[in-house]
Parts: sequence; structure tokens; C-alpha cells
Amino acid sequence: MSLRSPLGRVLGLGSAKDGFSHWWGQRVSAVALVVLGSWFAISLALLPALDYATVKAWVAVPFNTVALLLLVPTAAFHARLGVQVVIEDYIAAGWLKVLSLVVIAFVFVAAAVAGMFAVLRISFGVAP
Amino acid sequence: MAQFRLPANSRISRGKHHPAPEGAKNTRRFAVYRYSPEAGENPRVDTYEVDLDSCGPMVLDALIKIKNDIDSTLTFRRSCREGICGSCAMNIDGTNTLACTQAIEDVKGEVKVYPLPHMPVIKDLVPDLTNFYAQYASIKPWLQAKTPPPPDGERLQSREDQAKINEPSACILCACCSTACPSYWWNGDRYLGPAVLLAAYRWLVDSRDEAAGERLDQLEDPFRLYRCHTIMNCTRTCPKGLNPAKAIGEIKKMMAERRH
Repeated sequence: MSLRSPLGRVLGLGSAKDGFSHWWGQRVSAVALVVLGSWFAISLALLPALDYATVKAWVAVPFNTVALLLLVPTAAFHARLGVQVVIEDYIAAGWLKVLSLVVIAFVFVAAAVAGMFAVLRISFGVAP
Repeated sequence: MAQFRLPANSRISRGKHHPAPEGAKNTRRFAVYRYSPEAGENPRVDTYEVDLDSCGPMVLDALIKIKNDIDSTLTFRRSCREGICGSCAMNIDGTNTLACTQAIEDVKGEVKVYPLPHMPVIKDLVPDLTNFYAQYASIKPWLQAKTPPPPDGERLQSREDQAKINEPSACILCACCSTACPSYWWNGDRYLGPAVLLAAYRWLVDSRDEAAGERLDQLEDPFRLYRCHTIMNCTRTCPKGLNPAKAIGEIKKMMAERRH
């Protein structure tokens, strides 16, 4: 129970003066993913076979390595922004929302690092 | 978490049936949401068989006929009965619209009438719009200018500049769009919703207003503005044919414009 006025409740803690960077980042990364994602899908489809040796050799080609190193973090960044919106939409204010946002930040950074590490490992010929 | 099911005390049960009067030939069944805060009971849906031969053509006419002739306890808001006051906004046949401009013959089968979705209900078809009006007040919906008006007349505006505010200023604040928006359902306490953002846009593009920067500052917020995910329910449901989704898109463009 609070006797705060309806306008006082709406004004709350004021504007965060932020939100544009998230919105812009999501759109710019989406454009990048259209290019990188199409390249990735078409390249895989054009490979003569999809066995381990063929794909490994394809990843090790310098251009492909660089493009994959761009694709993996961009996809993780874009996915993180998207999941953040879902959490903010459906989990009302509270510790659970903040905790979820921190967890997904860790998960997607970890995913990006692991993916880039895998690409580099193949590219440098260390992978078995 | 967002609530996807109605709370236990809001779940709807079947209510009373009011049959058609003897001798009525052209009847239509209306299923109307009923809730009375004093009764201490869950909401129910009452059904009324209305004789269309002695009733006006619009859903509001039928509601007035029900209140006058069948069940005087039915409560709803109405005033102008010509689509300009916004009082009789409700959910008819699954879509938010104005009861006074919704023709009965355009609804197939039983006419389902519910209050605007996801709002606290005061009684029957009357939602509590306190938060909605407070959000409208929060965007300062009035002209803000430091330049004083000319001493010998009003502030002038070109025809092209007037054309920019023609459509957004035709909003009647009926709340059909905001209460049709899932983002507003889940975060209506922080997201301003399409109606209020359309009003904000109306002042942002007004050539006589000088507070665009402050207005954008107040809107730039992950919840106030950016909860809009372009779902477009607002534009689809607007009984005045306005386009709040486009206005929100234009505000987002202004945010980008002042950064680049």
C-alpha cells in the first residue's frame, strides 16, 4: 500500500537515458549476420562433403578463419541482446531479472570465446 | 514473472442467461463480461438475447438496450456515441474497438463483449485507466516553447508542418491500442505504450514546440520506449485508423538521428 500519486509512480526513478545503444547494436549486428550467416550457409552447402577432414580443411583456409572469427562473436553478441530483451519482457523487476541478465552475459561471452578458440585451434593445425 | 493465466479471483464463470422477449424474430446473443467488486464473486459472462428489430445498429446501441430494458445493473462508459470521445472502448469479438462504431452485423455469431484486456476492472466493462492517464501526463502533452508567441497573434505554422501532426493529433486516447499490446500487458507500469508514445510523437514533430531534446531525453529508456517490439497490434486495432507503430518507429529514428 502506497499513497504515492499515479504520476509519481509513472515517473518513478526517471529515464535511464539509454536504450539506443542496445537497439542500434541489435540492428547493426543483424545486418552483419545477414552477410556472414549467408556466407557461412552457402559455403557449407557448396562443400563437396561434410565429413570432419573436409570441413577442417575448409576452416583452416585463412579467409574462412577470419570470417568465422567475425561470425562467432557477432552471433553471440546478437543472441545476447535478443535473450536480454526476452528476460526484460517476461521477468518483472527484482533480483531474478538482474541475476538472469548477468548469467546470460557470462554464457554468451563464454560461448563466443569457446567458438573462436575452436576455430583458431583448427586454423593453426593443433586440432587432432 | 509475467502472468500468463488470470489470477484465481479473476477467472471467469458462466453467468445468467436472459432469453429473448416473446415474439422477437430477429435476435442476436450478446455474451457480456460481468464483475462487481461488492459481490465478492469471480467475474462471470452473462448472455442476453437482444431483439435487433427494436435496437440500433451498433454494439453500443445493444448495450444501452440491455441496460434500459433487460438488466439495469450492467455498467459501461459511453458518451458521444460517434467515435470521438473514446469512452466506450472495449473488447468486442476479440478485438479492442469502440462499441459505438462497431456494427452488430459485422460480428459473426454471438457478440462477445469484454473490458479492455489486462487492465484492472472497476466494474463490468469499466477498466481502471489511472495508470494510462498518468503516463499521458508524464510526457507533458502540451506546447513547450521558450520563444514567446508574436505579440499580435498566434504562433504560425506552415501547411506542411500542420500536415505532420494531423494524424497523430486525431488520437482520442481510447486506450484500445495500448491495451492490445503484449509489451504493455507485461510491462505496463514502465512501458509507456503506443497511445502515449503516439502523443509524444505528436509533440516531437510539432514545428512550434521547442522541447524535442528534453522529450527525447525522457523517452530514451529501455522500458519507456524500447519495450516496443513492432508487434503492430496497436495499428491493427486502432478504431480511428491511426498508426502508433509507425510513430514509435519515427521516435526511434529520431533517437538515432541525434547520435549520428
